[in-house]
Amino acid sequence: MKDMDKSFKKDTETEFPLREEMRPHQVTAPDGQVIDIDPLQDYFCQEPPKVHAKSYFKIVEDFYNWARAHSLWILGFGTGCGAIEMRPLMTPRFDAYRYGIQWRPTPRQANLLVISGYLSVKTLKRAIRAYEQMPAPKYVVGLGSCTINGGMYWDSYNTINKFDEFLPVDLYITGCMPRPEVLMAGVLELKKKIKEGRADGANRYVENFEWYKANQKRVIKNWNMPDYNW
Amino acid sequence: MSTATDLLERFGTNYRISEVNEQKADLTFFKVPKDQAVRLLRELRDDAGYTHLAFLTNIDYIERGIFTLNYMLHNYDTRHTLGMHVDLDRDNAEMESIHNMWAQAATYQRELREMYGIRFPGSPRLDDDFCLEGWDQIPPMRKEFDTAAFSLARFYSRDGRGTEDPREHMKQQLYPTHTDDAPEGGN
Repeated sequence: MKDMDKSFKKDTETEFPLREEMRPHQVTAPDGQVIDIDPLQDYFCQEPPKVHAKSYFKIVEDFYNWARAHSLWILGFGTGCGAIEMRPLMTPRFDAYRYGIQWRPTPRQANLLVISGYLSVKTLKRAIRAYEQMPAPKYVVGLGSCTINGGMYWDSYNTINKFDEFLPVDLYITGCMPRPEVLMAGVLELKKKIKEGRADGANRYVENFEWYKANQKRVIKNWNMPDYNW
Repeated sequence: MSTATDLLERFGTNYRISEVNEQKADLTFFKVPKDQAVRLLRELRDDAGYTHLAFLTNIDYIERGIFTLNYMLHNYDTRHTLGMHVDLDRDNAEMESIHNMWAQAATYQRELREMYGIRFPGSPRLDDDFCLEGWDQIPPMRKEFDTAAFSLARFYSRDGRGTEDPREHMKQQLYPTHTDDAPEGGN
Protein backbone atom coordinates (compact mmCIF):
# COMPACT_ATOMS: atom_id res chain seq x y z
CA MET A 1 0.00 0.00 0.00
CA LYS A 2 1.27 3.43 -0.93
CA ASP A 3 1.51 6.09 1.73
CA MET A 4 -1.18 8.59 0.96
CA ASP A 5 -2.46 11.85 2.27
CA LYS A 6 -4.53 10.84 5.26
CA SER A 7 -6.96 13.75 5.24
CA PHE A 8 -9.77 11.81 3.59
CA LYS A 9 -9.30 8.63 5.58
CA LYS A 10 -11.99 7.59 7.97
CA ASP A 11 -11.28 8.20 11.62
CA THR A 12 -10.33 4.83 13.08
CA GLU A 13 -8.49 6.10 16.14
CA THR A 14 -11.54 6.83 18.23
CA GLU A 15 -13.41 3.90 19.71
CA PHE A 16 -16.15 2.51 17.46
CA PRO A 17 -19.42 3.75 18.97
CA LEU A 18 -21.82 1.02 20.03
CA ARG A 19 -25.39 1.17 18.86
CA GLU A 20 -27.78 2.86 21.29
CA GLU A 21 -29.45 -0.36 22.44
CA MET A 22 -26.11 -2.12 22.99
CA ARG A 23 -24.77 0.41 25.51
CA PRO A 24 -25.04 -0.23 29.27
CA HIS A 25 -28.16 1.38 30.65
CA GLN A 26 -30.61 1.22 33.54
CA VAL A 27 -34.12 -0.17 33.52
CA THR A 28 -36.76 0.46 36.16
CA ALA A 29 -38.87 -2.56 36.98
CA PRO A 30 -42.67 -2.19 37.72
CA ASP A 31 -41.97 -2.49 41.46
CA GLY A 32 -39.53 0.44 41.38
CA GLN A 33 -36.34 -1.62 41.46
CA VAL A 34 -33.59 -0.19 39.25
CA ILE A 35 -31.65 -2.80 37.30
CA ASP A 36 -28.31 -2.21 35.59
CA ILE A 37 -28.13 -3.86 32.19
CA ASP A 38 -25.06 -4.38 30.05
CA PRO A 39 -26.55 -5.89 26.88
CA LEU A 40 -23.31 -7.38 25.60
CA GLN A 41 -22.89 -9.27 28.87
CA ASP A 42 -26.48 -10.00 29.87
CA TYR A 43 -28.33 -10.72 26.67
CA PHE A 44 -25.84 -13.28 25.40
CA CYS A 45 -24.37 -16.41 26.85
CA GLN A 46 -20.61 -15.90 27.05
CA GLU A 47 -19.97 -19.59 27.69
CA PRO A 48 -17.60 -20.97 25.02
CA PRO A 49 -19.01 -23.78 22.89
CA LYS A 50 -18.50 -27.42 23.88
CA VAL A 51 -17.60 -30.48 21.85
CA HIS A 52 -20.66 -32.52 20.96
CA ALA A 53 -19.57 -35.90 22.36
CA LYS A 54 -20.12 -39.06 20.39
CA SER A 55 -22.22 -41.85 21.79
CA TYR A 56 -20.33 -44.63 23.62
CA PHE A 57 -21.76 -47.38 21.45
CA LYS A 58 -20.90 -47.21 17.77
CA ILE A 59 -24.24 -48.66 16.73
CA VAL A 60 -26.07 -45.92 18.61
CA GLU A 61 -23.88 -43.23 17.01
CA ASP A 62 -24.53 -44.76 13.60
CA PHE A 63 -28.23 -44.62 14.28
CA TYR A 64 -27.96 -40.97 15.30
CA ASN A 65 -26.01 -40.16 12.15
CA TRP A 66 -28.57 -41.96 10.00
CA ALA A 67 -31.32 -39.92 11.61
CA ARG A 68 -29.37 -36.66 11.26
CA ALA A 69 -28.79 -37.29 7.58
CA HIS A 70 -32.54 -37.37 7.03
CA SER A 71 -33.25 -34.08 8.77
CA LEU A 72 -31.36 -31.34 6.99
CA TRP A 73 -32.98 -28.01 7.63
CA ILE A 74 -31.36 -25.26 5.64
CA LEU A 75 -31.16 -21.71 6.89
CA GLY A 76 -32.85 -19.48 4.33
CA PHE A 77 -29.85 -17.19 4.03
CA GLY A 78 -28.57 -16.29 0.60
CA THR A 79 -25.45 -14.46 -0.46
CA GLY A 80 -24.45 -13.81 -4.05
CA CYS A 81 -25.84 -15.54 -7.11
CA GLY A 82 -26.24 -18.97 -5.48
CA ALA A 83 -29.26 -17.71 -3.60
CA ILE A 84 -31.08 -17.75 -6.94
CA GLU A 85 -29.97 -21.32 -7.67
CA MET A 86 -31.29 -22.50 -4.32
CA ARG A 87 -34.86 -21.38 -4.97
CA PRO A 88 -35.68 -23.91 -7.73
CA LEU A 89 -34.97 -26.71 -5.24
CA MET A 90 -38.09 -25.67 -3.36
CA THR A 91 -40.23 -25.99 -6.47
CA PRO A 92 -41.98 -29.16 -7.71
CA ARG A 93 -39.43 -29.55 -10.49
CA PHE A 94 -36.50 -30.42 -8.19
CA ASP A 95 -38.47 -30.93 -4.96
CA ALA A 96 -35.72 -31.11 -2.33
CA TYR A 97 -38.32 -31.84 0.35
CA ARG A 98 -38.51 -35.50 -0.70
CA TYR A 99 -34.98 -35.92 0.72
CA GLY A 100 -35.93 -34.49 4.08
CA ILE A 101 -34.47 -31.08 3.26
CA GLN A 102 -36.38 -27.95 4.06
CA TRP A 103 -35.75 -24.26 4.52
CA ARG A 104 -36.27 -22.44 7.79
CA PRO A 105 -36.43 -18.70 8.40
CA THR A 106 -34.32 -18.61 11.57
CA PRO A 107 -30.96 -20.11 12.58
CA ARG A 108 -32.51 -21.51 15.76
CA GLN A 109 -34.47 -24.00 13.66
CA ALA A 110 -31.82 -24.83 11.07
CA ASN A 111 -28.79 -27.11 11.06
CA LEU A 112 -27.34 -26.55 7.59
CA LEU A 113 -25.82 -23.23 6.52
CA VAL A 114 -25.33 -22.90 2.76
CA ILE A 115 -23.02 -20.02 1.86
CA SER A 116 -24.24 -19.58 -1.67
CA GLY A 117 -21.65 -17.39 -3.36
CA TYR A 118 -19.23 -14.57 -2.78
CA LEU A 119 -19.05 -13.34 0.77
CA SER A 120 -18.25 -9.76 1.69
CA VAL A 121 -16.82 -8.79 5.05
CA LYS A 122 -20.11 -7.25 6.08
CA THR A 123 -22.00 -10.45 5.24
CA LEU A 124 -19.36 -12.65 6.89
CA LYS A 125 -20.16 -11.01 10.19
CA ARG A 126 -23.85 -11.97 9.81
CA ALA A 127 -22.94 -15.46 8.62
CA ILE A 128 -20.76 -16.10 11.68
CA ARG A 129 -23.54 -14.90 13.92
CA ALA A 130 -26.12 -17.07 12.19
CA TYR A 131 -23.83 -20.11 12.34
CA GLU A 132 -23.16 -19.73 16.05
CA GLN A 133 -26.86 -19.45 16.77
CA MET A 134 -27.66 -22.73 15.06
CA PRO A 135 -28.05 -25.75 17.35
CA ALA A 136 -25.43 -28.51 17.07
CA PRO A 137 -24.92 -30.82 15.24
CA LYS A 138 -24.68 -28.36 12.35
CA TYR A 139 -23.13 -28.37 8.93
CA VAL A 140 -21.73 -25.77 6.51
CA VAL A 141 -21.71 -26.10 2.73
CA GLY A 142 -19.75 -23.68 0.55
CA LEU A 143 -21.45 -23.29 -2.82
CA GLY A 144 -19.56 -22.06 -5.86
CA SER A 145 -15.96 -21.12 -6.51
CA CYS A 146 -16.33 -17.81 -4.68
CA THR A 147 -16.30 -19.57 -1.32
CA ILE A 148 -13.33 -21.73 -2.34
CA ASN A 149 -10.86 -19.12 -3.60
CA GLY A 150 -12.80 -15.91 -4.15
CA GLY A 151 -13.89 -16.83 -7.67
CA MET A 152 -13.85 -14.05 -10.20
CA TYR A 153 -13.95 -11.44 -7.44
CA TRP A 154 -10.85 -12.74 -5.65
CA ASP A 155 -8.93 -9.42 -5.85
CA SER A 156 -11.79 -7.29 -4.58
CA TYR A 157 -11.29 -5.15 -1.48
CA ASN A 158 -14.24 -6.84 0.17
CA THR A 159 -14.40 -10.51 -0.85
CA ILE A 160 -13.39 -13.38 1.42
CA ASN A 161 -11.00 -15.72 -0.41
CA LYS A 162 -10.72 -18.76 1.85
CA PHE A 163 -14.04 -19.34 3.53
CA ASP A 164 -12.81 -22.32 5.57
CA GLU A 165 -10.56 -20.01 7.58
CA PHE A 166 -13.62 -18.42 9.14
CA LEU A 167 -16.16 -21.21 9.50
CA PRO A 168 -15.65 -25.00 9.36
CA VAL A 169 -16.79 -26.14 5.93
CA ASP A 170 -18.00 -29.74 5.61
CA LEU A 171 -18.44 -29.74 1.86
CA TYR A 172 -17.57 -27.53 -1.09
CA ILE A 173 -19.57 -27.53 -4.31
CA THR A 174 -17.56 -26.28 -7.27
CA GLY A 175 -18.82 -24.27 -10.21
CA CYS A 176 -19.57 -20.72 -11.18
CA MET A 177 -22.51 -20.78 -10.81
CA PRO A 178 -23.50 -24.40 -9.95
CA ARG A 179 -26.85 -25.45 -11.32
CA PRO A 180 -29.56 -26.60 -8.90
CA GLU A 181 -28.83 -30.23 -9.83
CA VAL A 182 -25.27 -29.83 -8.57
CA LEU A 183 -26.47 -28.36 -5.31
CA MET A 184 -28.84 -31.31 -4.97
CA ALA A 185 -25.98 -33.75 -5.65
CA GLY A 186 -23.85 -31.90 -3.12
CA VAL A 187 -26.45 -32.16 -0.44
CA LEU A 188 -26.80 -35.89 -1.12
CA GLU A 189 -23.01 -36.15 -0.81
CA LEU A 190 -23.25 -34.34 2.51
CA LYS A 191 -25.83 -36.89 3.64
CA LYS A 192 -23.35 -39.66 2.85
CA LYS A 193 -20.68 -37.90 4.88
CA ILE A 194 -23.05 -37.46 7.81
CA LYS A 195 -24.00 -41.15 7.71
CA GLU A 196 -20.32 -42.10 7.78
CA GLY A 197 -19.78 -39.71 10.70
CA ARG A 198 -17.27 -37.56 8.80
CA ALA A 199 -19.24 -34.29 8.87
CA ASP A 200 -17.74 -33.06 12.16
CA GLY A 201 -17.34 -29.38 11.30
CA ALA A 202 -19.09 -28.16 14.44
CA ASN A 203 -16.61 -30.05 16.62
CA ARG A 204 -13.66 -28.75 14.61
CA TYR A 205 -14.97 -25.25 15.19
CA VAL A 206 -15.00 -25.86 18.94
CA GLU A 207 -11.57 -27.48 19.04
CA ASN A 208 -9.92 -24.70 17.01
CA PHE A 209 -12.08 -21.96 18.46
CA GLU A 210 -9.18 -19.56 19.14
CA TRP A 211 -7.82 -19.95 15.61
CA TYR A 212 -11.19 -19.30 14.00
CA LYS A 213 -11.83 -16.27 16.22
CA ALA A 214 -8.40 -14.82 15.45
CA ASN A 215 -9.05 -15.19 11.71
CA GLN A 216 -12.49 -13.64 11.99
CA LYS A 217 -11.23 -10.66 13.98
CA ARG A 218 -8.35 -10.11 11.58
CA VAL A 219 -10.86 -9.35 8.84
CA ILE A 220 -13.85 -7.91 10.72
CA LYS A 221 -12.58 -4.63 12.13
CA ASN A 222 -15.67 -3.43 13.98
CA TRP A 223 -16.25 -6.41 16.21
CA ASN A 224 -19.14 -5.07 18.31
CA MET A 225 -20.61 -8.39 19.40
CA PRO A 226 -19.73 -11.10 21.93
CA ASP A 227 -17.09 -13.66 20.99
CA TYR A 228 -19.64 -16.43 20.94
CA ASN A 229 -23.30 -15.62 20.50
CA TRP A 230 -26.01 -18.21 20.77
CA MET B 1 -35.35 20.86 -25.10
CA SER B 2 -34.04 17.88 -26.93
CA THR B 3 -30.83 18.85 -28.68
CA ALA B 4 -27.49 20.31 -27.76
CA THR B 5 -28.20 23.57 -29.58
CA ASP B 6 -31.40 24.04 -27.60
CA LEU B 7 -29.46 23.48 -24.43
CA LEU B 8 -26.82 26.06 -25.33
CA GLU B 9 -29.45 28.54 -26.49
CA ARG B 10 -31.42 28.35 -23.30
CA PHE B 11 -28.71 28.10 -20.64
CA GLY B 12 -25.58 29.20 -22.49
CA THR B 13 -25.89 32.85 -21.55
CA ASN B 14 -26.19 32.32 -17.80
CA TYR B 15 -23.99 29.25 -17.34
CA ARG B 16 -20.55 28.34 -18.60
CA ILE B 17 -21.57 25.17 -20.41
CA SER B 18 -18.76 23.36 -22.23
CA GLU B 19 -17.94 20.02 -23.86
CA VAL B 20 -21.48 19.46 -25.11
CA ASN B 21 -21.66 15.95 -26.50
CA GLU B 22 -24.84 14.72 -28.13
CA GLN B 23 -24.30 11.00 -27.90
CA LYS B 24 -27.73 9.89 -29.08
CA ALA B 25 -30.98 11.52 -30.01
CA ASP B 26 -32.13 11.17 -26.41
CA LEU B 27 -28.87 11.51 -24.51
CA THR B 28 -26.68 14.61 -24.13
CA PHE B 29 -23.67 15.19 -21.92
CA PHE B 30 -22.23 18.55 -20.95
CA LYS B 31 -19.93 20.08 -18.37
CA VAL B 32 -20.43 23.01 -16.01
CA PRO B 33 -18.12 24.53 -13.38
CA LYS B 34 -18.55 23.44 -9.79
CA ASP B 35 -19.92 26.74 -8.48
CA GLN B 36 -22.78 26.83 -11.02
CA ALA B 37 -23.73 23.17 -10.91
CA VAL B 38 -26.37 23.07 -8.20
CA ARG B 39 -28.00 26.29 -9.45
CA LEU B 40 -28.29 24.78 -12.91
CA LEU B 41 -29.61 21.49 -11.52
CA ARG B 42 -32.38 23.37 -9.73
CA GLU B 43 -33.28 25.25 -12.87
CA LEU B 44 -33.31 22.08 -14.96
CA ARG B 45 -35.56 20.37 -12.42
CA ASP B 46 -38.00 23.23 -11.80
CA ASP B 47 -38.22 24.92 -15.20
CA ALA B 48 -36.98 22.52 -17.86
CA GLY B 49 -38.83 19.38 -16.71
CA TYR B 50 -35.84 17.22 -15.76
CA THR B 51 -37.58 16.00 -12.62
CA HIS B 52 -35.91 12.61 -12.22
CA LEU B 53 -32.40 12.12 -10.86
CA ALA B 54 -31.53 8.74 -12.39
CA PHE B 55 -28.19 8.43 -10.65
CA LEU B 56 -25.24 10.32 -9.29
CA THR B 57 -21.83 8.78 -9.73
CA ASN B 58 -18.18 9.66 -10.02
CA ILE B 59 -15.29 9.07 -12.40
CA ASP B 60 -11.71 9.10 -11.13
CA TYR B 61 -9.32 10.74 -13.61
CA ILE B 62 -6.16 10.22 -11.60
CA GLU B 63 -3.87 11.27 -14.47
CA ARG B 64 -5.54 14.71 -14.61
CA GLY B 65 -5.92 15.02 -10.86
CA ILE B 66 -9.69 15.45 -10.93
CA PHE B 67 -12.87 13.67 -10.00
CA THR B 68 -15.78 14.07 -12.40
CA LEU B 69 -19.22 13.86 -10.83
CA ASN B 70 -21.93 12.70 -13.19
CA TYR B 71 -25.50 13.82 -12.51
CA MET B 72 -27.94 11.94 -14.73
CA LEU B 73 -31.31 13.68 -15.19
CA HIS B 74 -34.35 12.48 -17.07
CA ASN B 75 -37.28 14.34 -18.55
CA TYR B 76 -40.41 12.19 -18.70
CA ASP B 77 -42.26 14.48 -21.11
CA THR B 78 -39.64 14.60 -23.85
CA ARG B 79 -38.02 11.26 -22.85
CA HIS B 80 -34.67 12.98 -22.93
CA THR B 81 -31.72 12.28 -20.63
CA LEU B 82 -29.09 14.81 -19.63
CA GLY B 83 -25.71 13.92 -18.15
CA MET B 84 -24.11 16.79 -16.27
CA HIS B 85 -20.38 16.54 -15.55
CA VAL B 86 -18.77 18.53 -12.76
CA ASP B 87 -15.03 18.51 -12.16
CA LEU B 88 -13.73 18.46 -8.59
CA ASP B 89 -10.23 18.84 -7.27
CA ARG B 90 -9.06 15.32 -6.48
CA ASP B 91 -7.04 16.12 -3.37
CA ASN B 92 -9.69 18.25 -1.73
CA ALA B 93 -12.92 16.85 -3.14
CA GLU B 94 -15.94 18.66 -1.81
CA MET B 95 -19.31 19.34 -3.42
CA GLU B 96 -22.54 21.02 -2.48
CA SER B 97 -25.16 18.53 -1.34
CA ILE B 98 -28.38 18.12 -3.32
CA HIS B 99 -30.28 15.98 -0.82
CA ASN B 100 -32.84 18.80 -0.47
CA MET B 101 -33.73 18.55 -4.15
CA TRP B 102 -33.85 14.76 -4.47
CA ALA B 103 -34.05 12.67 -1.31
CA GLN B 104 -32.34 9.69 -2.94
CA ALA B 105 -29.25 11.81 -3.57
CA ALA B 106 -28.36 11.44 0.13
CA THR B 107 -27.74 7.72 -0.41
CA TYR B 108 -25.59 8.36 -3.47
CA GLN B 109 -23.62 10.97 -1.60
CA ARG B 110 -23.07 8.58 1.30
CA GLU B 111 -21.74 6.02 -1.14
CA LEU B 112 -19.44 8.55 -2.82
CA ARG B 113 -18.13 9.63 0.57
CA GLU B 114 -17.31 6.02 1.45
CA MET B 115 -15.94 4.87 -1.91
CA TYR B 116 -14.07 8.03 -3.02
CA GLY B 117 -13.84 10.23 0.07
CA ILE B 118 -15.80 13.11 -1.48
CA ARG B 119 -17.35 15.37 1.16
CA PHE B 120 -20.92 16.67 0.85
CA PRO B 121 -21.37 19.00 3.84
CA GLY B 122 -24.86 18.82 5.33
CA SER B 123 -25.89 15.55 3.71
CA PRO B 124 -27.62 13.29 6.26
CA ARG B 125 -25.71 10.36 7.83
CA LEU B 126 -22.78 11.06 5.54
CA ASP B 127 -20.07 9.57 7.75
CA ASP B 128 -22.00 6.46 8.83
CA ASP B 129 -20.82 3.11 7.51
CA PHE B 130 -22.63 2.14 4.33
CA CYS B 131 -21.20 -0.97 2.65
CA LEU B 132 -17.81 -1.09 4.35
CA GLU B 133 -18.03 -1.69 8.06
CA GLY B 134 -14.94 -0.74 10.03
CA TRP B 135 -12.96 0.22 6.93
CA ASP B 136 -9.43 1.37 7.89
CA GLN B 137 -7.79 2.07 4.52
CA ILE B 138 -8.09 4.86 1.97
CA PRO B 139 -11.44 4.79 0.09
CA PRO B 140 -11.30 1.67 -2.09
CA MET B 141 -12.58 3.07 -5.39
CA ARG B 142 -9.85 5.71 -5.61
CA LYS B 143 -7.47 4.54 -8.28
CA GLU B 144 -4.35 4.76 -6.11
CA PHE B 145 -5.84 2.04 -3.90
CA ASP B 146 -4.26 -1.26 -4.98
CA THR B 147 -7.14 -3.65 -4.38
CA ALA B 148 -5.29 -6.82 -5.44
CA ALA B 149 -2.39 -6.13 -3.07
CA PHE B 150 -4.83 -5.34 -0.29
CA SER B 151 -6.74 -8.55 -0.93
CA LEU B 152 -3.55 -10.63 -0.83
CA ALA B 153 -2.42 -8.96 2.38
CA ARG B 154 -5.69 -9.29 4.25
CA PHE B 155 -7.61 -12.26 2.84
CA TYR B 156 -4.71 -14.57 1.80
CA SER B 157 -5.21 -16.14 -1.59
CA ARG B 158 -5.54 -19.90 -1.85
CA ASP B 159 -2.76 -21.75 -3.69
CA GLY B 160 -3.44 -23.22 -7.08
CA ARG B 161 -4.93 -20.24 -8.88
CA GLY B 162 -3.36 -19.85 -12.33
CA THR B 163 -3.98 -17.94 -15.52
CA GLU B 164 -3.77 -19.11 -19.12
CA ASP B 165 -3.46 -17.12 -22.30
CA PRO B 166 -6.81 -18.04 -23.89
CA ARG B 167 -5.42 -18.17 -27.43
CA GLU B 168 -2.49 -20.47 -26.59
CA HIS B 169 -4.60 -22.58 -24.26
CA MET B 170 -7.32 -23.27 -26.82
CA LYS B 171 -4.69 -24.02 -29.47
CA GLN B 172 -3.20 -26.63 -27.19
CA GLN B 173 -6.63 -28.07 -26.43
CA LEU B 174 -7.92 -28.24 -29.99
CA TYR B 175 -4.79 -28.71 -32.13
CA PRO B 176 -2.06 -30.20 -29.93
CA THR B 177 0.14 -31.16 -32.93
CA HIS B 178 -0.16 -27.87 -34.80
CA THR B 179 2.86 -25.59 -35.27
CA ASP B 180 2.94 -22.08 -36.66
CA ASP B 181 6.01 -22.82 -38.82
CA ALA B 182 5.34 -23.39 -42.51
CA PRO B 183 5.88 -27.02 -43.57
CA GLU B 184 9.11 -27.94 -45.39
CA GLY B 185 8.80 -27.40 -49.14
CA GLY B 186 5.14 -26.47 -48.91
CA ASN B 187 3.53 -23.63 -50.77
